Amino acid sequence: MTTSLLPLAEQFQHGLDSPICLTWELTYACNLACVHCLSSSGRRDPRELSTGECKAVIDELERMQVFYVNIGGGEPTVRPDFWELVDYATAHDVGVKFSTNGVRITRAAAARLRGSDYVDVQVSLDGATREVNDAVRGSGSYATALRAMQNLADAGVAGFKISVVVTRHNVSQLGDFKAIADRFGAQLRITRLRPSGRGADTWDQLHPTDAQQRELYEWLLDHGENVLTGDSFFHLAAYGQKLPGLNLCGAGRVVCLIDPVGDVYACPFAIHDSFLAGNVRDDGGFSRVWRSSRLFADLRRPQNGGACRSCSAFDSCRGGCMAAKFFTGLPLDGPDPECVRGLGGPLPALSSGPRPSADHSHRSLHGTAVPISIGRRPDRACDENPLTGFSAL
Amino acid sequence: MSDQSDHTSAVDQPGDQSSDNLVEGTLLLEELSIDGMCGVY
Amino acid sequence: MPPFDLDVAWRLHPQVSMRPERFGALLYHFGTRRLSFVRTPTLLSVLEQLSTQRSARAACIAAGVGSDHMQEYARALAALAASSMICERP
Repeated sequence: MTTSLLPLAEQFQHGLDSPICLTWELTYACNLACVHCLSSSGRRDPRELSTGECKAVIDELERMQVFYVNIGGGEPTVRPDFWELVDYATAHDVGVKFSTNGVRITRAAAARLRGSDYVDVQVSLDGATREVNDAVRGSGSYATALRAMQNLADAGVAGFKISVVVTRHNVSQLGDFKAIADRFGAQLRITRLRPSGRGADTWDQLHPTDAQQRELYEWLLDHGENVLTGDSFFHLAAYGQKLPGLNLCGAGRVVCLIDPVGDVYACPFAIHDSFLAGNVRDDGGFSRVWRSSRLFADLRRPQNGGACRSCSAFDSCRGGCMAAKFFTGLPLDGPDPECVRGLGGPLPALSSGPRPSADHSHRSLHGTAVPISIGRRPDRACDENPLTGFSAL
Repeated sequence: MSDQSDHTSAVDQPGDQSSDNLVEGTLLLEELSIDGMCGVY
Repeated sequence: MPPFDLDVAWRLHPQVSMRPERFGALLYHFGTRRLSFVRTPTLLSVLEQLSTQRSARAACIAAGVGSDHMQEYARALAALAASSMICERP
């Protein structure tokens, strides 16, 4: 009898024949304009996959036995065919967890979700108080999220998720987030802010300080038993103890992103041509991209750690997050910008770092300037209000 | 590729960092969290 | 955990999706949302035959598990039963 000795993480980093799960951004349209949006969402892209094309992707995921997709966007529920696609996925043995700001989680929507083992919902919240949340997600967004949570709790949807992006302004609220989750019978999920999308513009103001990273790490060790993290803090393992999870960058190896126009990227935090593996509309569809793309083959080759190789913490932190390094202009074979040993600085000015190829941000929001794109591809996103015909709750 | 070798017991190997996840001290099976992979919303 | 009964009939839980991999298999339970990684092709073979063999022991033997390893496989199957990945066949 033979047994593989390699730790799971080492086996997975060579890649799998199918992803275990993946993120699927259904639309770039969104009713909000969060200042750190990883996908720079706001306006619909007219090249969005049609309902039929989406179903064809789901058929492929079923054939590949992908266990579940995390559907997001933009705000996925603003697509008129959202529920049709969710139902199609679950009817074809593909589980769905969808991320939402709560805008369409009415009582009726909540009732649909009760008791479904194939559909889970994750409501985004970035402040335990209105002040902290709305500063990032916009006026009214806290109220929308809390109303959605109340509707879910009232409908008996047990264990829905509340997903928080940790920032400088909400690290002190971790206990309060847990209390909100407990109040609604929900599960708390906290994830790492990356300098991706509009996150690049607000990174300097929002990323946790060194002291706060340490505070976060200690909090997770002490209170994080039922708190999900999406394995997004594996760079903190260099402090000493590994947090639960694979402690591995899954991009292109066990996970990836399908974006609203069918582009396949290594991960949702790496929406940039450098991490574009192909498009589901190409011959061979998604499965050909996953199995044969040059980018994913490169990512699945053994990574030797580069400049981090000689650091005693490398086995724990694996050099951190590829996207965080890329968008802060750091070399990919060196330390993470938030390396806990302080080896990731000083950083080049973010304004000189790589920018995404496209920007679907709303053109202006309540007089707040939206970052101007210089030297990007021509902007093709819709000026038409993505919520045309949609009535608020 | 994976390192294959004969086993006559289910004892954890020294330096096996995944031993925390091993179920009931067996090398045959490992539990993961479906939320435990970085790169998903 | 109660000792695993190798001599009754078992099967994969109906809400489990099992996916063979190069190094073994992945199992995902849609009800519990748990994910397990089977690390040997032999255990995968046991699980593939579980619902058609008259007992778990028979499935192990058919998959090539020798008597000196039977207890190790019983422990793995016990863990799968404890997390509802497999259940007894009526």
